[in-house]
Amino acid sequence: MPPNVSRLKDLAISETGLIFDPGTGSIFTSNATGVAILMAMKEGKNTEQLIASLLNTFEVNENTAELDVQDFLNQLSSAGFAQS
Amino acid sequence: MDTPGPGVPVVRCLKESPNFNGNMIGLAYDALEPGILDDHLLRGAYLLPYPSMGSRSLLERIRFIHQQEHLNAIVPTLDAEILNFIQIQDQLLELDIHLTLPTEASLNRRAKVNLVKFAEAEGLKTPKTWLITDPHQINLPEKEFPIFVKGIFYEAYLAYSMDDVFRYVHKIALKWGYPVLLQEYIEGEEFNATTVGQKGHAVDIVCMKKLVLTDKGKGWACVTIKNDDLIALTQKIVAALRWHGPIEVEVMLSKKDNQFYIIELNPRFPAWIYLAKSAGMNLPFISLLLAMGEKVTQQSAYQTGIVFSNYTTNLITDLTRIQTLFTTGEIHYEKNL
Repeated sequence: MPPNVSRLKDLAISETGLIFDPGTGSIFTSNATGVAILMAMKEGKNTEQLIASLLNTFEVNENTAELDVQDFLNQLSSAGFAQS
Repeated sequence: MDTPGPGVPVVRCLKESPNFNGNMIGLAYDALEPGILDDHLLRGAYLLPYPSMGSRSLLERIRFIHQQEHLNAIVPTLDAEILNFIQIQDQLLELDIHLTLPTEASLNRRAKVNLVKFAEAEGLKTPKTWLITDPHQINLPEKEFPIFVKGIFYEAYLAYSMDDVFRYVHKIALKWGYPVLLQEYIEGEEFNATTVGQKGHAVDIVCMKKLVLTDKGKGWACVTIKNDDLIALTQKIVAALRWHGPIEVEVMLSKKDNQFYIIELNPRFPAWIYLAKSAGMNLPFISLLLAMGEKVTQQSAYQTGIVFSNYTTNLITDLTRIQTLFTTGEIHYEKNL
Protein backbone atom coordinates (compact mmCIF):
# COMPACT_ATOMS: atom_id res chain seq x y z
CA MET A 1 0.00 0.00 0.00
CA PRO A 2 1.47 3.42 -0.91
CA PRO A 3 2.27 5.87 1.89
CA ASN A 4 -0.11 8.73 2.71
CA VAL A 5 2.00 11.62 1.42
CA SER A 6 -0.29 14.38 2.72
CA ARG A 7 0.06 12.99 6.25
CA LEU A 8 3.80 12.64 5.84
CA LYS A 9 4.00 16.30 4.86
CA ASP A 10 2.70 17.28 8.32
CA LEU A 11 5.45 15.39 10.15
CA ALA A 12 7.99 17.39 12.14
CA ILE A 13 11.39 15.77 11.57
CA SER A 14 14.47 16.77 13.52
CA GLU A 15 18.02 16.27 12.27
CA THR A 16 18.62 13.88 15.16
CA GLY A 17 15.90 11.55 13.86
CA LEU A 18 13.01 12.46 16.17
CA ILE A 19 9.75 12.39 14.22
CA PHE A 20 6.56 13.96 15.62
CA ASP A 21 3.14 13.44 14.10
CA PRO A 22 1.13 16.56 15.04
CA GLY A 23 -2.15 14.87 14.16
CA THR A 24 -1.86 11.98 16.59
CA GLY A 25 0.92 13.04 18.96
CA SER A 26 2.87 9.90 18.07
CA ILE A 27 6.64 10.13 18.38
CA PHE A 28 9.04 7.96 16.39
CA THR A 29 12.78 7.78 16.05
CA SER A 30 14.73 7.00 12.91
CA ASN A 31 18.32 6.70 11.76
CA ALA A 32 19.87 9.02 9.17
CA THR A 33 18.77 6.80 6.28
CA GLY A 34 15.14 6.95 7.42
CA VAL A 35 15.30 10.73 7.86
CA ALA A 36 16.73 11.12 4.34
CA ILE A 37 13.97 8.94 2.86
CA LEU A 38 11.24 10.81 4.77
CA MET A 39 12.56 14.21 3.73
CA ALA A 40 12.59 13.07 0.11
CA MET A 41 9.07 11.67 0.44
CA LYS A 42 7.84 14.99 1.84
CA GLU A 43 9.13 16.53 -1.39
CA GLY A 44 6.87 14.11 -3.26
CA LYS A 45 9.58 11.84 -4.69
CA ASN A 46 8.60 8.39 -5.97
CA THR A 47 10.31 5.09 -5.09
CA GLU A 48 12.91 5.34 -7.90
CA GLN A 49 13.73 8.90 -6.91
CA LEU A 50 14.03 7.85 -3.25
CA ILE A 51 16.58 5.20 -4.20
CA ALA A 52 18.47 7.72 -6.33
CA SER A 53 18.43 10.17 -3.45
CA LEU A 54 19.99 7.57 -1.11
CA LEU A 55 22.66 6.75 -3.70
CA ASN A 56 23.55 10.45 -3.89
CA THR A 57 23.64 10.97 -0.13
CA PHE A 58 25.21 7.77 1.23
CA GLU A 59 27.98 5.46 0.12
CA VAL A 60 25.76 2.49 -0.72
CA ASN A 61 25.21 0.29 -3.73
CA GLU A 62 21.91 0.24 -5.61
CA ASN A 63 20.79 -3.08 -4.14
CA THR A 64 21.23 -1.85 -0.53
CA ALA A 65 19.50 1.47 -1.29
CA GLU A 66 16.57 -0.40 -2.85
CA LEU A 67 16.26 -2.72 0.17
CA ASP A 68 16.50 0.24 2.59
CA VAL A 69 13.73 2.13 0.79
CA GLN A 70 11.45 -0.92 0.61
CA ASP A 71 12.07 -1.74 4.27
CA PHE A 72 11.35 1.82 5.31
CA LEU A 73 8.14 1.96 3.28
CA ASN A 74 6.98 -1.23 5.01
CA GLN A 75 7.76 0.31 8.40
CA LEU A 76 5.79 3.42 7.51
CA SER A 77 2.87 1.25 6.52
CA SER A 78 2.90 -0.65 9.82
CA ALA A 79 3.19 2.68 11.69
CA GLY A 80 -0.13 3.70 10.14
CA PHE A 81 1.11 5.90 7.33
CA ALA A 82 -0.32 3.79 4.52
CA GLN A 83 -2.75 5.45 2.15
CA SER A 84 -6.28 4.50 3.23
CA MET B 1 -2.54 13.69 45.92
CA ASP B 2 -2.39 13.83 42.14
CA THR B 3 -1.94 16.43 39.42
CA PRO B 4 -2.97 19.89 40.61
CA GLY B 5 -6.35 21.34 39.67
CA PRO B 6 -6.96 23.99 37.01
CA GLY B 7 -7.17 27.00 39.36
CA VAL B 8 -3.47 27.88 39.42
CA PRO B 9 -2.93 27.34 35.66
CA VAL B 10 -5.94 29.58 34.91
CA VAL B 11 -4.44 32.31 37.12
CA ARG B 12 -1.09 31.95 35.33
CA CYS B 13 -2.75 32.21 31.90
CA LEU B 14 -4.58 35.41 32.87
CA LYS B 15 -1.58 37.01 34.57
CA GLU B 16 0.60 36.35 31.54
CA SER B 17 -1.79 37.85 29.04
CA PRO B 18 -0.30 41.16 27.83
CA ASN B 19 -3.85 42.56 27.72
CA PHE B 20 -4.77 41.70 31.28
CA ASN B 21 -4.23 44.44 33.82
CA GLY B 22 -6.37 43.38 36.76
CA ASN B 23 -5.68 41.84 40.12
CA MET B 24 -6.39 38.28 41.05
CA ILE B 25 -8.07 36.93 44.18
CA GLY B 26 -8.10 33.20 44.91
CA LEU B 27 -11.34 31.52 45.96
CA ALA B 28 -10.88 28.14 47.60
CA TYR B 29 -12.63 25.65 49.83
CA ASP B 30 -9.75 24.67 52.08
CA ALA B 31 -7.05 26.69 53.82
CA LEU B 32 -4.47 24.10 52.80
CA GLU B 33 -5.06 24.37 49.06
CA PRO B 34 -1.56 25.32 47.97
CA GLY B 35 -2.45 27.85 45.24
CA ILE B 36 -3.95 30.32 47.70
CA LEU B 37 -0.77 30.29 49.79
CA ASP B 38 1.34 31.54 46.88
CA ASP B 39 1.78 35.29 47.34
CA HIS B 40 3.49 35.64 43.95
CA LEU B 41 0.35 34.43 42.25
CA LEU B 42 -2.48 36.21 44.03
CA ARG B 43 -3.25 39.47 45.76
CA GLY B 44 -5.20 37.58 48.37
CA ALA B 45 -7.61 34.71 48.89
CA TYR B 46 -10.96 33.90 50.47
CA LEU B 47 -12.45 30.62 51.56
CA LEU B 48 -15.87 29.70 50.18
CA PRO B 49 -18.54 27.50 51.78
CA TYR B 50 -18.36 23.94 50.42
CA PRO B 51 -20.45 23.41 47.26
CA SER B 52 -22.76 21.04 49.17
CA MET B 53 -23.96 24.02 51.23
CA GLY B 54 -25.73 25.33 48.16
CA SER B 55 -25.97 28.46 46.09
CA ARG B 56 -27.51 30.69 48.78
CA SER B 57 -24.44 30.32 51.05
CA LEU B 58 -22.20 30.93 48.06
CA LEU B 59 -24.06 34.11 47.10
CA GLU B 60 -23.87 35.42 50.65
CA ARG B 61 -20.12 34.79 50.75
CA ILE B 62 -19.51 36.36 47.32
CA ARG B 63 -21.50 39.44 48.36
CA PHE B 64 -19.18 39.81 51.36
CA ILE B 65 -16.03 39.34 49.25
CA HIS B 66 -17.36 41.80 46.67
CA GLN B 67 -17.76 44.48 49.36
CA GLN B 68 -14.04 44.12 50.12
CA GLU B 69 -12.65 43.56 46.66
CA HIS B 70 -15.08 44.96 44.06
CA LEU B 71 -14.95 41.86 41.89
CA ASN B 72 -15.41 42.20 38.12
CA ALA B 73 -15.40 38.54 37.10
CA ILE B 74 -15.17 35.02 38.49
CA VAL B 75 -13.76 32.00 36.62
CA PRO B 76 -15.04 28.82 38.33
CA THR B 77 -12.68 25.86 37.90
CA LEU B 78 -14.26 23.13 40.02
CA ASP B 79 -16.93 20.78 38.59
CA ALA B 80 -18.93 20.70 41.82
CA GLU B 81 -19.22 24.50 42.08
CA ILE B 82 -20.47 25.19 38.53
CA LEU B 83 -24.17 24.55 39.27
CA ASN B 84 -24.13 26.88 42.29
CA PHE B 85 -22.56 29.64 40.20
CA ILE B 86 -25.14 29.12 37.43
CA GLN B 87 -27.94 29.44 40.00
CA ILE B 88 -26.64 32.78 41.32
CA GLN B 89 -25.41 34.14 38.00
CA ASP B 90 -28.24 36.69 37.68
CA GLN B 91 -27.72 38.05 41.20
CA LEU B 92 -23.98 38.29 40.53
CA LEU B 93 -24.64 40.19 37.33
CA GLU B 94 -26.72 42.69 39.32
CA LEU B 95 -23.58 43.21 41.40
CA ASP B 96 -21.65 43.71 38.12
CA ILE B 97 -19.77 40.43 38.58
CA HIS B 98 -19.44 38.60 35.26
CA LEU B 99 -19.03 34.90 34.46
CA THR B 100 -18.94 32.72 31.35
CA LEU B 101 -21.19 29.81 32.20
CA PRO B 102 -23.42 27.28 30.41
CA THR B 103 -27.13 26.99 31.16
CA GLU B 104 -28.23 24.49 33.78
CA ALA B 105 -29.80 22.37 31.01
CA SER B 106 -26.49 22.25 29.07
CA LEU B 107 -24.58 21.40 32.24
CA ASN B 108 -26.94 18.52 33.06
CA ARG B 109 -26.96 17.16 29.53
CA ARG B 110 -23.20 16.50 29.60
CA ALA B 111 -23.14 15.17 33.16
CA LYS B 112 -21.56 11.74 33.57
CA VAL B 113 -24.94 10.20 34.38
CA ASN B 114 -26.47 11.59 31.18
CA LEU B 115 -23.50 11.15 28.85
CA VAL B 116 -24.75 7.96 27.15
CA LYS B 117 -28.15 9.55 26.47
CA PHE B 118 -26.51 12.68 25.08
CA ALA B 119 -24.13 10.71 22.86
CA GLU B 120 -26.91 8.48 21.51
CA ALA B 121 -29.11 11.46 20.69
CA GLU B 122 -26.27 13.15 18.81
CA GLY B 123 -24.95 10.04 17.06
CA LEU B 124 -21.68 10.11 19.01
CA LYS B 125 -19.81 7.24 20.61
CA THR B 126 -19.30 6.80 24.34
CA PRO B 127 -18.48 3.71 26.40
CA LYS B 128 -21.29 1.59 27.83
CA THR B 129 -22.14 2.88 31.30
CA TRP B 130 -24.06 1.44 34.24
CA LEU B 131 -25.42 3.63 37.01
CA ILE B 132 -25.10 2.11 40.46
CA THR B 133 -27.35 3.39 43.23
CA ASP B 134 -27.20 0.21 45.31
CA PRO B 135 -24.15 -2.13 45.35
CA HIS B 136 -26.46 -5.16 45.40
CA GLN B 137 -27.53 -4.26 41.85
CA ILE B 138 -24.08 -4.98 40.47
CA ASN B 139 -24.04 -8.02 38.26
CA LEU B 140 -21.46 -7.92 35.52
CA PRO B 141 -20.60 -10.68 33.09
CA GLU B 142 -16.93 -11.69 32.98
CA LYS B 143 -16.51 -10.24 29.45
CA GLU B 144 -17.01 -6.67 30.75
CA PHE B 145 -13.72 -6.67 32.68
CA PRO B 146 -11.63 -4.61 33.12
CA ILE B 147 -14.10 -1.81 33.86
CA PHE B 148 -13.84 1.71 35.23
CA VAL B 149 -15.54 2.59 38.51
CA LYS B 150 -16.18 6.34 38.65
CA GLY B 151 -17.55 8.87 41.08
CA ILE B 152 -20.19 11.33 39.96
CA PHE B 153 -17.71 14.23 40.08
CA TYR B 154 -14.27 12.82 40.86
CA GLU B 155 -12.15 9.67 41.06
CA ALA B 156 -11.90 6.70 38.77
CA TYR B 157 -10.42 3.25 39.29
CA LEU B 158 -9.87 0.40 36.87
CA ALA B 159 -11.39 -2.80 38.28
CA TYR B 160 -10.31 -6.23 37.09
CA SER B 161 -12.76 -8.35 39.10
CA MET B 162 -16.07 -8.17 40.97
CA ASP B 163 -14.11 -7.88 44.22
CA ASP B 164 -12.38 -4.78 42.83
CA VAL B 165 -15.72 -3.37 41.69
CA PHE B 166 -17.31 -3.75 45.15
CA ARG B 167 -14.25 -2.29 46.86
CA TYR B 168 -14.08 0.77 44.58
CA VAL B 169 -17.85 1.35 44.59
CA HIS B 170 -17.79 1.44 48.41
CA LYS B 171 -14.69 3.63 48.46
CA ILE B 172 -16.18 6.19 46.05
CA ALA B 173 -19.67 6.11 47.59
CA LEU B 174 -18.24 6.75 51.07
CA LYS B 175 -16.54 9.89 49.79
CA TRP B 176 -18.92 11.24 47.16
CA GLY B 177 -22.16 9.28 47.69
CA TYR B 178 -24.27 7.45 45.08
CA PRO B 179 -24.74 7.07 42.18
CA VAL B 180 -21.43 5.50 41.22
CA LEU B 181 -20.79 4.75 37.57
CA LEU B 182 -19.36 1.67 35.92
CA GLN B 183 -17.92 2.56 32.53
CA GLU B 184 -16.72 0.22 29.81
CA TYR B 185 -12.94 0.25 29.39
CA ILE B 186 -11.96 1.35 25.89
CA GLU B 187 -8.51 0.17 24.92
CA GLY B 188 -6.65 2.82 22.96
CA GLU B 189 -5.02 6.20 23.28
CA GLU B 190 -6.41 9.14 25.20
CA PHE B 191 -6.79 12.56 23.61
CA ASN B 192 -8.21 15.74 25.09
CA ALA B 193 -9.44 19.01 23.67
CA THR B 194 -10.44 22.24 25.33
CA THR B 195 -12.26 25.30 24.11
CA VAL B 196 -14.51 28.15 25.13
CA GLY B 197 -18.05 27.90 23.84
CA GLN B 198 -19.85 31.05 22.76
CA LYS B 199 -23.51 30.04 22.82
CA GLY B 200 -22.80 26.85 20.89
CA HIS B 201 -19.86 28.05 18.82
CA ALA B 202 -16.40 26.79 19.81
CA VAL B 203 -14.25 29.93 19.74
CA ASP B 204 -10.82 28.27 19.60
CA ILE B 205 -9.94 24.63 20.16
CA VAL B 206 -6.66 23.20 21.43
CA CYS B 207 -5.98 19.44 21.33
CA MET B 208 -3.42 17.46 23.26
CA LYS B 209 -2.28 13.91 23.79
CA LYS B 210 -1.12 12.58 27.14
CA LEU B 211 2.46 11.36 27.06
CA VAL B 212 2.86 10.30 30.69
CA LEU B 213 -0.02 9.24 32.94
CA THR B 214 -0.31 9.20 36.72
CA ASP B 215 -1.70 6.05 38.35
CA LYS B 216 -5.10 7.77 38.28
CA GLY B 217 -4.86 8.28 34.54
CA LYS B 218 -4.24 12.03 34.73
CA GLY B 219 -1.82 13.60 32.27
CA TRP B 220 1.54 14.23 33.91
CA ALA B 221 3.17 15.16 30.62
CA CYS B 222 1.25 16.16 27.49
CA VAL B 223 1.94 17.42 23.97
CA THR B 224 -0.16 19.74 21.81
CA ILE B 225 -1.46 18.17 18.61
CA LYS B 226 -3.88 19.19 15.90
CA ASN B 227 -6.29 16.42 15.09
CA ASP B 228 -8.98 17.41 12.58
CA ASP B 229 -11.39 14.66 13.68
CA LEU B 230 -11.11 15.70 17.35
CA ILE B 231 -11.60 19.36 16.43
CA ALA B 232 -14.71 18.46 14.43
CA LEU B 233 -16.03 16.32 17.30
CA THR B 234 -15.46 19.16 19.80
CA GLN B 235 -17.26 21.63 17.53
CA LYS B 236 -20.16 19.18 17.25
CA ILE B 237 -20.37 18.68 21.03
CA VAL B 238 -20.27 22.44 21.76
CA ALA B 239 -22.98 23.04 19.16
CA ALA B 240 -25.17 20.17 20.37
CA LEU B 241 -24.98 21.39 23.96
CA ARG B 242 -25.27 25.07 22.92
CA TRP B 243 -22.36 25.36 25.30
CA HIS B 244 -21.30 28.69 26.71
CA GLY B 245 -18.05 28.83 28.67
CA PRO B 246 -15.00 26.62 29.12
CA ILE B 247 -15.21 22.89 28.43
CA GLU B 248 -12.81 19.96 28.25
CA VAL B 249 -13.53 17.01 25.96
CA GLU B 250 -11.88 13.74 27.01
CA VAL B 251 -11.90 10.95 24.43
CA MET B 252 -10.31 7.57 23.78
CA LEU B 253 -9.29 6.63 20.26
CA SER B 254 -10.35 2.99 20.26
CA LYS B 255 -7.76 0.48 19.12
CA LYS B 256 -10.61 -1.75 17.99
CA ASP B 257 -12.47 0.52 15.54
CA ASN B 258 -10.26 3.64 15.36
CA GLN B 259 -13.20 5.80 16.51
CA PHE B 260 -13.29 8.46 19.23
CA TYR B 261 -15.29 7.52 22.33
CA ILE B 262 -16.29 10.37 24.64
CA ILE B 263 -15.12 9.56 28.15
CA GLU B 264 -16.05 12.79 29.92
CA LEU B 265 -17.13 16.34 29.13
CA ASN B 266 -15.82 18.56 31.91
CA PRO B 267 -17.58 21.92 32.43
CA ARG B 268 -14.42 23.92 33.12
CA PHE B 269 -10.86 24.47 31.98
CA PRO B 270 -8.59 21.44 32.35
CA ALA B 271 -5.53 21.33 34.60
CA TRP B 272 -3.39 21.40 31.41
CA ILE B 273 -4.81 24.76 30.25
CA TYR B 274 -1.43 26.46 30.65
CA LEU B 275 -0.19 24.21 27.82
CA ALA B 276 -2.83 25.70 25.49
CA LYS B 277 -1.68 29.19 26.45
CA SER B 278 1.96 28.22 25.92
CA ALA B 279 1.10 26.92 22.47
CA GLY B 280 -0.47 30.26 21.56
CA MET B 281 -4.11 30.16 22.67
CA ASN B 282 -4.94 31.89 25.91
CA LEU B 283 -8.39 30.43 26.43
CA PRO B 284 -8.90 31.72 30.02
CA PHE B 285 -8.36 35.24 28.72
CA ILE B 286 -10.87 34.64 25.92
CA SER B 287 -13.34 33.37 28.50
CA LEU B 288 -12.78 36.51 30.56
CA LEU B 289 -13.39 38.72 27.51
CA LEU B 290 -16.63 36.84 26.84
CA ALA B 291 -17.68 37.26 30.47
CA MET B 292 -17.09 41.01 30.24
CA GLY B 293 -19.12 41.18 27.04
CA GLU B 294 -16.14 42.16 24.93
CA LYS B 295 -15.57 41.18 21.33
CA VAL B 296 -13.73 37.93 20.84
CA THR B 297 -11.89 37.19 17.63
CA GLN B 298 -10.49 33.87 16.48
CA GLN B 299 -6.84 33.60 17.49
CA SER B 300 -4.13 32.50 15.10
CA ALA B 301 -3.31 28.81 14.93
CA TYR B 302 -1.48 27.32 17.89
CA GLN B 303 1.79 25.44 17.79
CA THR B 304 1.82 21.67 17.83
CA GLY B 305 4.60 19.72 19.52
CA ILE B 306 4.63 21.93 22.62
CA VAL B 307 5.21 19.72 25.64
CA PHE B 308 4.16 20.32 29.20
CA SER B 309 5.40 18.28 32.11
CA ASN B 310 4.36 18.65 35.72
CA TYR B 311 6.99 18.75 38.38
CA THR B 312 6.49 19.18 42.06
CA THR B 313 8.21 21.68 44.27
CA ASN B 314 7.89 22.93 47.84
CA LEU B 315 5.94 26.05 48.65
CA ILE B 316 7.36 27.60 51.80
CA THR B 317 4.94 29.60 53.86
CA ASP B 318 4.30 30.60 57.44
CA LEU B 319 1.90 28.74 59.68
CA THR B 320 0.28 32.06 60.56
CA ARG B 321 -1.03 32.33 57.00
CA ILE B 322 -2.85 29.04 57.32
CA GLN B 323 -4.10 30.08 60.78
CA THR B 324 -5.34 33.37 59.32
CA LEU B 325 -7.22 31.54 56.60
CA PHE B 326 -8.70 29.06 59.08
CA THR B 327 -9.81 31.69 61.55
CA THR B 328 -10.83 34.61 59.33
CA GLY B 329 -11.45 32.84 56.01
CA GLU B 330 -9.33 35.33 54.10
CA ILE B 331 -5.76 36.47 53.55
CA HIS B 332 -4.17 39.47 51.84
CA TYR B 333 -0.77 39.72 50.20
CA GLU B 334 -0.84 43.25 48.81
CA LYS B 335 2.61 44.14 50.16
CA ASN B 336 4.21 41.29 48.28
CA LEU B 337 3.02 42.30 44.83
